[in-house]
Amino acid sequence: MKYQSQAVAKPYFAFAMLLFVGQIVFGLILGTQYIIGDFLFPEIPFNVARMVHTNLLIVWLLCGFMGATYYLVPEETQCELYSPKLAWILFWAYAIAGTLTIVGYLSVPYATLAEITYNNILPTMGREFLEQPTITKIGIVIVALGFLFNVGMTILRGRKTVINMVLITGLLGLAVFFLFSFYNPASLTLDKYFWWWVVHLWVEGVWELILGSILAFILIKTTGVDREVVEKWLYLIIAMALISGILGTGHHYFFIGAPEYWLWIGSVFSAVEPLPFFMMMVFAFSMIKQRRREHPNKAAVAWAAGCTIMAFLGAGVWGFLHTLAPVNYYTHGSQITAAHGHLAFFGAYVMIVLAIISYAWPQLQGRLSNSLQAQKVEIASIWVMCVSMLMITLLLTAAGIIQVMQQRMPADGIALGYMATQDLIVPIYWTRLVAGIAFGGGVMLYLYSFVVASRTQADAPALPVSA
Amino acid sequence: MSERFTKGMARNIYYGGGAFFFLLFVALTVDTVTVLPKRENRELLTAEVAHGKEIWEKNNCVGCHSLLGEGAYFAPELGNVFQRRGMENEQVFKAYFSARMKAMPTGVEGRRQMPQFHLKEQEINDLAEFLIWTSRIDTNDWPPNIEG
Repeated sequence: MKYQSQAVAKPYFAFAMLLFVGQIVFGLILGTQYIIGDFLFPEIPFNVARMVHTNLLIVWLLCGFMGATYYLVPEETQCELYSPKLAWILFWAYAIAGTLTIVGYLSVPYATLAEITYNNILPTMGREFLEQPTITKIGIVIVALGFLFNVGMTILRGRKTVINMVLITGLLGLAVFFLFSFYNPASLTLDKYFWWWVVHLWVEGVWELILGSILAFILIKTTGVDREVVEKWLYLIIAMALISGILGTGHHYFFIGAPEYWLWIGSVFSAVEPLPFFMMMVFAFSMIKQRRREHPNKAAVAWAAGCTIMAFLGAGVWGFLHTLAPVNYYTHGSQITAAHGHLAFFGAYVMIVLAIISYAWPQLQGRLSNSLQAQKVEIASIWVMCVSMLMITLLLTAAGIIQVMQQRMPADGIALGYMATQDLIVPIYWTRLVAGIAFGGGVMLYLYSFVVASRTQADAPALPVSA
Repeated sequence: MSERFTKGMARNIYYGGGAFFFLLFVALTVDTVTVLPKRENRELLTAEVAHGKEIWEKNNCVGCHSLLGEGAYFAPELGNVFQRRGMENEQVFKAYFSARMKAMPTGVEGRRQMPQFHLKEQEINDLAEFLIWTSRIDTNDWPPNIEG
């Protein structure tokens, strides 16, 4: 690493990976509960396991974004971080608050958690993905403010590149839209309407800015392609992301009480949402093709290139599959949504965080890259994770198709009930669980690559002395 | 990409496009918020309904069920449970709902279980009111049939 203060990225990356493992464990519990309904009941009811699974994902991705920012902002601005100490303090605040929240989910009934955290003063709990106690949400805002201050001061002092400007815009948007999680009106439709200002404007809006800038950073570093070219691509990609994604929010407004014009607006604009992801894929592969250097870290390049393919499939193709209102009328709230959610989050956000960790971690340890042996294991783990996540997606899609055909499309009286349909899907859920276990194996293989990397340090290319 | 298309142009599309569509989104939001009271029958949103929503949230019901298609997919959709289980009769639905809530968990081996939430009679009533109110929202004719 070029700047001492980049080292603060380490605890963020390490904590992110730890929570990733936890997320997968709870994913496997959920997959089992879909088959054996009373598995771990009443100790860990489904709603608790799901909350832990999704909240761990959000917490570790945010942790990864912060680590990525602390790593790349000093290099981009060409100056040390404004306050590494603040970054450390915020890390511990974030880690402790996050851990306490998860422990809270698992140790007391949710209603009790709401009471002991005084949810009644400002009720924000009990909404999907925003289940965190209000006090945790306030903590997140404080950490975000401190983080943005620290990064903002660094950028103000140093070189302002397109990458760090886009990154900070994305992070600022992330913090601003999170504020809508404090708005919880008695009207369910209003609540749902603005709930999407957090959820959709995050993952199909500002997070794409963060994704784009991390991707651009990795590609500049590993391919040596001219910054001007990369920056032009980055602007175009995020322009398309916002142009399609903002009004694309409308695809969530079809059936929650919002007016009919959203059926058209949501369909038309979200149909364009695959475009920025397609462009990202073309961008990554054309930069790799035009590369002016051979960076020894092939694993990081594999993560980055794989990220664009899987994000295009998950967010682009699987999003488009059910985004048109006449289709969504039958698929809304079925396992098709779950299929899309899994592949999109994995492809776009899990893989970009693992890509930056793959690029940065060896350098934080004083190596230009890991040894070839370690990279071989890591690249194998990418394949295992990608293939098994594709299997999970295909199987959940099959489950969703059965739901649509048995439960949604037939007329009243002929249509199967919810649970009767679930019983039909059980064989598919079994196969999905097998794919989930394979994914867990991929994660283990990935972690093992760190062991190989540390054992084979002597074979790894060292960082250039000038760095 | 052609040299004629400069980084400056790309940047302008980003700022211009982003700002334009965000403002358009805000304008549409203003319109939506204006017409929502009619579409959701806000005049029927009583204190009981509001309390019911709080109970819904406090017990993380959305962690298993979906409501108007959003939430988890582990248990049935409840946006139209008033029609499905109550035949659109408030007395019938409330009697069914109260009995059902008290009978949980069923304890049938291997089947999905709903926890016992120990709700008071008033809370069960308000939760039912919330579900009844929700079932009357104009959802553009969703779900396609009674099974949700």
